Amino acid sequence: MQSTARDFKHNAHEALVDPNLQDSLSKLKVGFSERRRQAAERLPEFEALRDRARDIKNHTLANLDFYLEEFERKVIALGGHVHWAPTAEDAQRIIADLCKSVDAKTIAKSKSMVSEEIGLNDHLEALGIAPIETDLGEYIIQLRHEPPSHIIAPAVHLTKDQVADTFYEHHKALGFTKRLTERNDLVAEARYVLRQKFLEADVGLNGANFLVAETGSSMLVTNEGNADLSNTLPRMQIVLASIEKVIPTLEDAAVLLRVLARSATGQESSAYTTLNTGPKRDGDLDGPSQYHVVILDNGRSSVLGTKMQDMLRCIRCGACMNHCPVYGAIGGHAYGWVYPGPIGAVLTPQLIGVEEAGNLPNASTFCGRCESVCPVRIPLPGLMRHWREREFEQHLTPRAVRQGLALWSFLARRPKLYRRLTQLANRMLATFGKVEGRYRSLPLASGWTRFRDLPAPQPGGTFHSQWARQRSRTRA
Amino acid sequence: MSSSPPRRVALFVTCLVDLFRPSVGFAAVKLLEDAGCIVEVPPLQVCCGQPAYNSGDRASTKAIAAQVIAAFEGYEYVVAPSGSCAGMLSHHYPGLFDDDPKMKARAETFAGRCHELMAFLVDVLGVTRVAARYDGTVTYHDSCSGLRELGVKQQPRTLLGSVEGLRLREMRTPEVCCGFGGTFCVKYPEISNAMVGEKTGDVAASGAGTLLAGDLGCLMNMAGKLQREGRPIKVRHVAEVLAGMGDRHAIGEGER
Repeated sequence: MQSTARDFKHNAHEALVDPNLQDSLSKLKVGFSERRRQAAERLPEFEALRDRARDIKNHTLANLDFYLEEFERKVIALGGHVHWAPTAEDAQRIIADLCKSVDAKTIAKSKSMVSEEIGLNDHLEALGIAPIETDLGEYIIQLRHEPPSHIIAPAVHLTKDQVADTFYEHHKALGFTKRLTERNDLVAEARYVLRQKFLEADVGLNGANFLVAETGSSMLVTNEGNADLSNTLPRMQIVLASIEKVIPTLEDAAVLLRVLARSATGQESSAYTTLNTGPKRDGDLDGPSQYHVVILDNGRSSVLGTKMQDMLRCIRCGACMNHCPVYGAIGGHAYGWVYPGPIGAVLTPQLIGVEEAGNLPNASTFCGRCESVCPVRIPLPGLMRHWREREFEQHLTPRAVRQGLALWSFLARRPKLYRRLTQLANRMLATFGKVEGRYRSLPLASGWTRFRDLPAPQPGGTFHSQWARQRSRTRA
Repeated sequence: MSSSPPRRVALFVTCLVDLFRPSVGFAAVKLLEDAGCIVEVPPLQVCCGQPAYNSGDRASTKAIAAQVIAAFEGYEYVVAPSGSCAGMLSHHYPGLFDDDPKMKARAETFAGRCHELMAFLVDVLGVTRVAARYDGTVTYHDSCSGLRELGVKQQPRTLLGSVEGLRLREMRTPEVCCGFGGTFCVKYPEISNAMVGEKTGDVAASGAGTLLAGDLGCLMNMAGKLQREGRPIKVRHVAEVLAGMGDRHAIGEGER
């Protein structure tokens, strides 16, 4: 996917003036966080489970090579294949070759953020292979040629009316000539259209929430059941997942599942939890005859053993973006690449470079709400700050910011000079602002005064000057 | 009052209180003295270093942190009328010196002595009541660092509950960020504006005539937006109301 993260400010502006998007976001901000809160409160051991979830992921990351190889051994023993993809291009090539090997014309996909990361759909289309998204949200945005705006709710930026228009436009040719307006009718129509696609598909491709080393299983949660069709009907199944999806055991999966759905949607568990363990066996009534797992690195392994390793604990629940006031203001597309919100602000610079995505870790107030809800306790603000430090070290921070900062820190280290200057500033701003009590505009402060007044200082001098006067009077 | 010797408390004034609203500092002094403390203001303090820290300038942050630690060495308690600055001193300073064990030990000792004002009054000093009067309905915004780093939530509400004439009416989302975020509000003014606009809408919907919080940065941001929107809601630091200084000009309010 082509990044527009560099244009973050412009993207954010567009988002803020888009009434449909703002309408959708106003619902998302309240809905997700309230449901998560209720789910967490209903489970007394929720906080303890978050600790365990964090520990499981930390243990796995500390022994990642071991668990990945263990997973591979199990998959091979089951009659499946594991393909290692160091880069996005490698993953594209591996999947395209697999599709070609069975002369695939269409592939049924269930939601996979990693497939967005590697730009799989465009690549396959260029080769004449039609990828069909079968997750409802992904299907909608595929029709609209848009990227997802949320990692678990890809079409959350759209209103029902926009979906109605999209279906009307694209389903006309299939004989659906009525513009539907009811939610259930829209779902039913999509279900009907997609059912045909499942039956036609030569290959089923899905992501994975977890790869279980103990059993060689890939585990997937959905609320629509589409993954179960896309991975049982076609003759070849491809699982596409990144290296940090592996976990040791099914017991560990049970812990992670308990925090995943609650954090994501406030459900106790997702409607469907599916384990795929190898290809169809002798005597099985259905299932794919070929089972392939493509495991992508794409720069992740380079953060192992560094301060940034914590980002790999992520289980992609979306809670950080559901609770982020910046995401809530601008939605996911403004972030300009695959992963939006706080986790996107941390992952994206790693995956496509901090030169390209430098705005993302800066566009945060560090309010900490993301960290406070993260089921695996990723210190997201701390990781964003770490990116800011990298940018500063590499002189990527904008010149005006660097110069302002240099002047300010020069003064901050000279308390006496600082006192004299702040006393002067206080006097001036207090005197000219005395009547109104505030400024509607002020030179060099337009970033502030464009949208809000600047309160004038109280008259009478700085605190330190007043304090010094008072103390000398008391002593005298 | 207990008969133990009075506690010696160093006030970390914060740079915004020093420059914009000294009355918050004097309110803090009064609250601490009323609770039996001896308050001192170490003269070599400037800023906690967050502007540099949050802009990625680690070297300047360390230099400023070392200066703050030196200025406050020897005090048993360091108290700031700001959750954001207190959080910086108590939660972030030690991590700055991971490569310098001696300095890290000093930073850890220092961090353990630092407190946010409301939490210090209630949790450390055991204050449950203040002698103050404020006639009106107020709503309280939970500033992010105080709330999520330091657990400041109930303490200000406990103390506000003892203020005569004051009624607290909660807004719908008191825990959602106001969009200030230090340099964030000038680096991303449009996004910050959307956030603070949402906040002021929520404040107004509460029906309260006064908005209180424990951090001057957030207060200036919300006051500035309320005033730009023409909403007649007074904005004050919670310490001012608790110290009986609620009759002064509110933030951004002039003589007119």
